[in-house]
Amino acid sequence: MLAASGLVAQNIAFGIVALIMIVGALRVVTTKNVVHAALWLVLVLAGAAAQYLILSAEFVAITQVLVYIGAVTVLFLFGTMLTRAQLGRATDLNNKNWALGIPVALLLLGTLVYVLIDSFHAEKLVDDPKDVPNVTTQQISDSIFRPYLVPFWALSFVLLAALIGAIVLARKD
Amino acid sequence: MLLNQFLLLGAILFAIGVYGVVARRNAVLVLMSIELILNSVNINLLAFALRNGGDPTGHTFALYVIAVAAAEVGVGLALVLLVYRNRRSIALDELSEMKG
Repeated sequence: MLAASGLVAQNIAFGIVALIMIVGALRVVTTKNVVHAALWLVLVLAGAAAQYLILSAEFVAITQVLVYIGAVTVLFLFGTMLTRAQLGRATDLNNKNWALGIPVALLLLGTLVYVLIDSFHAEKLVDDPKDVPNVTTQQISDSIFRPYLVPFWALSFVLLAALIGAIVLARKD
Repeated sequence: MLLNQFLLLGAILFAIGVYGVVARRNAVLVLMSIELILNSVNINLLAFALRNGGDPTGHTFALYVIAVAAAEVGVGLALVLLVYRNRRSIALDELSEMKG
């Protein structure tokens, strides 16, 4: 099926990156070391950026790298540094009844997989490399500043409130 | 490329993130699991944007999700820092003062 459809390179890249992302995500939720969890998270976020590139969303991919890998990871490392005296392995990172999470996650995954396969079967995204649409940054900015201007304003207020709220919460007085 | 390969990847990441939120006790690790969930949503948004012939709406909302996630992490870590300062611990199961 891979050979029949075009875009073989994209499919192979998808497979490799998806595998890396799943392994990284599993390590984020199972590792015993908070700093290692943050570094595995970097791997997952970089993989997500690569998937955005495969989905021909270059601007979002660059934003992902700048905001997530550049800023959010540093915030996580700062949070880890400020809230833990020792940075090594820890044995108390999981709840007592952490095993309950496994059936919850598997049930959720099973439901989602069933629904997705039931609704989309083998629907193709793009068949021919010539058909891959080119979404320009200008189109995205037109979309932000014309039909979705009100959400953009709301988002600006959310960011301002988060900024002030974080300062008020974290400040020593 | 199939549409479902991206949606299934999103579903797997979402389930792993939910497991992290349920199982983890350290507040910083719970915030990381929430980031996994938000990323899976973004993959879905962009997959559907490509499915609709490169609709920039999906890209717009993916950018909005990234911005909201950054704000959420900022406030969340400030809260975690405050909890740590008051209790010398960020174990979520010890925060039981609102229990009746």
